[in-house]
Amino acid sequence: MLQNQIIELSYYVAAILFILGLKLLSSPRTARQGMHLAELGMAMAIAGTLLDHHIVTYTWIIVGAAIGTVAGIIIAVWTPMTAMPQRTALSHAFGAAAASLVGISHYYSEGAHLPSGEMVALGIEVMLGSLTFTGSMVAFAKLQGWLPGTPMTYKGQNIFNMALLAGIVTATVWVIVNPAASTLFYAMVALALVFGVLFVIPIGAADMPVVIALLNSYAGLAGAATGFALENKILIIAGTLDGASGLILAIIMCKAMNRSITNVLFGAFGKAPEAGGPDTGVKGSVRSITSDQAAELLASSESVVVVPGYGMAVSQAQHAVKDLADVLGERGIDVRYAVHPVAGRMPGHMNVLLAEAGVPYDKLYDMDQINDDFPRVDVAIVIGANDVVNPAARNNKSSPIYGMPILNADKAKSVLVLKRSMAPGFAGIENELFYMPNCMMVFGDARKTVSEFSSVLKQKARAA
Amino acid sequence: MDSGLILWTVMMFVLAAFVGHHVIHGVPTLLHTPLMSATNAISAISVVGAIVVAGAEYETVRTVLGVTAVAAAMCNVVGGFLITERMLRMFKGNTGPKDGGR
Repeated sequence: MLQNQIIELSYYVAAILFILGLKLLSSPRTARQGMHLAELGMAMAIAGTLLDHHIVTYTWIIVGAAIGTVAGIIIAVWTPMTAMPQRTALSHAFGAAAASLVGISHYYSEGAHLPSGEMVALGIEVMLGSLTFTGSMVAFAKLQGWLPGTPMTYKGQNIFNMALLAGIVTATVWVIVNPAASTLFYAMVALALVFGVLFVIPIGAADMPVVIALLNSYAGLAGAATGFALENKILIIAGTLDGASGLILAIIMCKAMNRSITNVLFGAFGKAPEAGGPDTGVKGSVRSITSDQAAELLASSESVVVVPGYGMAVSQAQHAVKDLADVLGERGIDVRYAVHPVAGRMPGHMNVLLAEAGVPYDKLYDMDQINDDFPRVDVAIVIGANDVVNPAARNNKSSPIYGMPILNADKAKSVLVLKRSMAPGFAGIENELFYMPNCMMVFGDARKTVSEFSSVLKQKARAA
Repeated sequence: MDSGLILWTVMMFVLAAFVGHHVIHGVPTLLHTPLMSATNAISAISVVGAIVVAGAEYETVRTVLGVTAVAAAMCNVVGGFLITERMLRMFKGNTGPKDGGR
């Protein structure tokens, strides 16, 4: 039938456009062009689908599409860049919900008669979709601050979760073998929804980059499974691309923390340290200076590197940081930014915030690109980052973060640490950097402190 | 689904995973947040499955599930692409032709 051939053709072209679109994301100069191709692909696939002979009325499609479009526009326009991790978690929840609902609907009327091949795909689709839906909602609530960011743990948690997962998998297999066992199918859905919640609550907010990436992967795989169940090729391809992307990002994040995915998922990292924990070996005293003194130091420097962390996002300091960089730039001082792969709450979080503030992307450096330069840097300004610059990761074998690759900020000639108080970082570990002789602390809200630096420097410039 | 078709779809899955691995590794750390929202928007192609369910006038329960799925997926399609573009517009270089710049 010609209709079906047109639909198939639109899917193939869409798949090619999706791949090209992602390919063009390899450079910020071509990335927008890539997205236009992907959007064209999406429009073609949707237009093609509307020709499907199963469709008898467009009313309900239009209703659903209108609701989704309005919600999508509202979210896209109003989400501040600092809230991007939450937005991403929410979108994984929506994507997973869509896959799961299509699967449940499919089973609802045809379940008992489905051949086993399709039933395998459908079971995986609904199971992954359901647990990703609630898991992403919990991740969203944690990032939004509706749930505490610290890990919620109880005795036997991992064993209980594993038992629950085993139960869900068993139920899924049973339903695949006996598709008519509909009560068990819906019980499996309910258990998967519960598992999603229990799976994410023991994971701390700072490990969210990994969790978000992993949920991204699951949501994609649920979509791919939908494709298998519906024999729809574009769903398989797009879902798999998403699944691969999420998995690769999760692996990159784990490597950047020198931890395994298992440790991130089951380690409840960042729990309040138990009394009598390992001696951190920290000695010496902390030197605190005023904003004026810090500005003097900056004025006499030639090369400055800013090390941003989640604290910069919390105090919305990115615009103040860009202002400071401009003021320093006018004095002929070179300002660069060193971004750790796990700084912030999602992959690339800091880059987006700094880009929002107008920092040109060629001033943003990956850890590997800039780490060897630190000894030649006059001042490193650490803004709201902690564990990613803790030298304990390099030399203290008893430290929980030992072995994690860190930014060599401590090797700069001087280090300014902007911090609210002396409270330890997320991992609950003392930071040896703060006690080093070349390190000076400037306490207070990061945005306020950075603005003070700028105004002192501007006054100096006027006085000169 | 006959076995030949199963083989085809599995091969497509493997090829897509291969291409995905290759393409995603080419994306710099700089653009990982836009990458995540872009792949999320792309995988919201599951809207095509939902559209058929919502428009086919099956039982009421299925239509309700289908409409909900269309709304959820469409929210990701529209929101995902818009927000990706919004982010990408912010990335500006200042030294001209130097590539990547990360």
